[in-house]
Amino acid sequence: MTTLLPLVDPAELRRHLSAEGAAALDSMVAEVTAEPARIGRLFAGAARRTGRGPLAGHDVLAQDAVRVELLAAAAAALDGDRLRAELVELYRFGDSDEKRAVLLGLNRLDPSAGLDGSDLLLDALRTNDTRLVAAAMGDHARHLPDDAWRHGVLKCLFTGVPVAEVAGLEERADAELAAMAERFATERRAAGREVPADVATVVAAHDRTTEPRKA
Amino acid sequence: MRIFDPHIHMSSRTTDDYEAMHAAGVRALVEPAFWLGQPRTNVGSFLDYFDSLVGWERFRAAQFGIAHHCTIALNPKEANDPRCAEVIDLLPRYLDKDGVVAVGEVGFDSMTEAEEKAFARQLELAVEFALPAMVHTPHRDKEAGTRRTLELVEASGLAPGMVVVDHLNEVTVGQVDDAGCWMGFSIYPDTKMDEHRMVRILQERGLDRVLVNSAADWGRSDPLKTAKTGQAMLEAGFSDDDVDRVLWRNPVEFFGQSGRLVLEDVAGSADPGATFEGNSILRGGRD
Repeated sequence: MTTLLPLVDPAELRRHLSAEGAAALDSMVAEVTAEPARIGRLFAGAARRTGRGPLAGHDVLAQDAVRVELLAAAAAALDGDRLRAELVELYRFGDSDEKRAVLLGLNRLDPSAGLDGSDLLLDALRTNDTRLVAAAMGDHARHLPDDAWRHGVLKCLFTGVPVAEVAGLEERADAELAAMAERFATERRAAGREVPADVATVVAAHDRTTEPRKA
Repeated sequence: MRIFDPHIHMSSRTTDDYEAMHAAGVRALVEPAFWLGQPRTNVGSFLDYFDSLVGWERFRAAQFGIAHHCTIALNPKEANDPRCAEVIDLLPRYLDKDGVVAVGEVGFDSMTEAEEKAFARQLELAVEFALPAMVHTPHRDKEAGTRRTLELVEASGLAPGMVVVDHLNEVTVGQVDDAGCWMGFSIYPDTKMDEHRMVRILQERGLDRVLVNSAADWGRSDPLKTAKTGQAMLEAGFSDDDVDRVLWRNPVEFFGQSGRLVLEDVAGSADPGATFEGNSILRGGRD
């Protein structure tokens, strides 16, 4: 009932898995489709049944693609409220890999679903785990209030998450964000430390955002 | 020297320790859930700790090139506090996680009824989740505690080869060896066991089913005791291969029984980007 797109096309993902791994994924998807609550029992151990590691030709880990496909199967059978409750539960009791998969799943939600998982993004942004911070600044971060979103971008600069991971930077960068990035650069220079190249990326994004108004 | 420390409480250690451990050859470790020094007063306090063991501490170790795994359990000391004992009902949520390679530390502290109940229940969980168990032996009356431990292990139906009985010494090692369980030794600066006594035990009993750990935590302890034991073994005439067996291959064999060890990224044994017949070589997928 809710649309959540997989990270990798299901047929393509299966081409990368072993025959046993692909069969295990089919079986888990079927279980979750029949009874969405089963995802709570399958999510943690899913990658042990399918395999883990980088997928050749994709900037995605197999374990993330597998878990997001399970989320997609659950979403298809749940309305927005029940899907949100399931995602909150999976995130609360997930290890870092499971939490990241939930965040990546939020980024693949159809915007028309109206589901707001910004509380999970804020939790992830309070951590210093760069894998979670990066996943929290994807498409779903459009639900974050401006101040939280700006601090999310600043946290990326601070923890070394490439701002290329920030969805919608070009559209949303504003004068306040550019000023925050510049103050961060001032502190680094005062300390004699290197200024990350991404500071310029953030400032330039704001310049481009405002260009039409300047013209 | 490549080292797998099978028992170390990294949450209590500094980044200096992580750097020194990596420099000494430590590439993998297991952090057992245990008492924090300050008693906990509620179940939520355990859950945040467990979350840290499968979350933040794992990430922190990875920053230093060390693969972090953990064991999850209600420890024997806090099994005596009714405010904490209920956490046992929530353990199944954690025992299915990828980074959890055993149930532990379970066992005895003061050998109370509550400890025995929690111990027996958690051995059942190990059977249910097909996980090894890590058993702590008491600091006081260790001999009697070890004997009762082995009786409970036998009654549980968990195979002796799936159990490590830890913190052993010259007095307790024999009965654990006879039972067919793995023998864990915590090498400390001034208690439990030191590296030279450890070498004598290895000379007398051989290298089978032996795990050597630093058990470093918030007390006076040394996260490099594994490396120092390896050095003491070499000085006593053991070969590099003997040291590798005790400090790497033995813990890999024991915790590998969980099916959940992920060591490729640190052991240099596989290129994660490699492909075979056009497919990524994906790890796992065995069960």
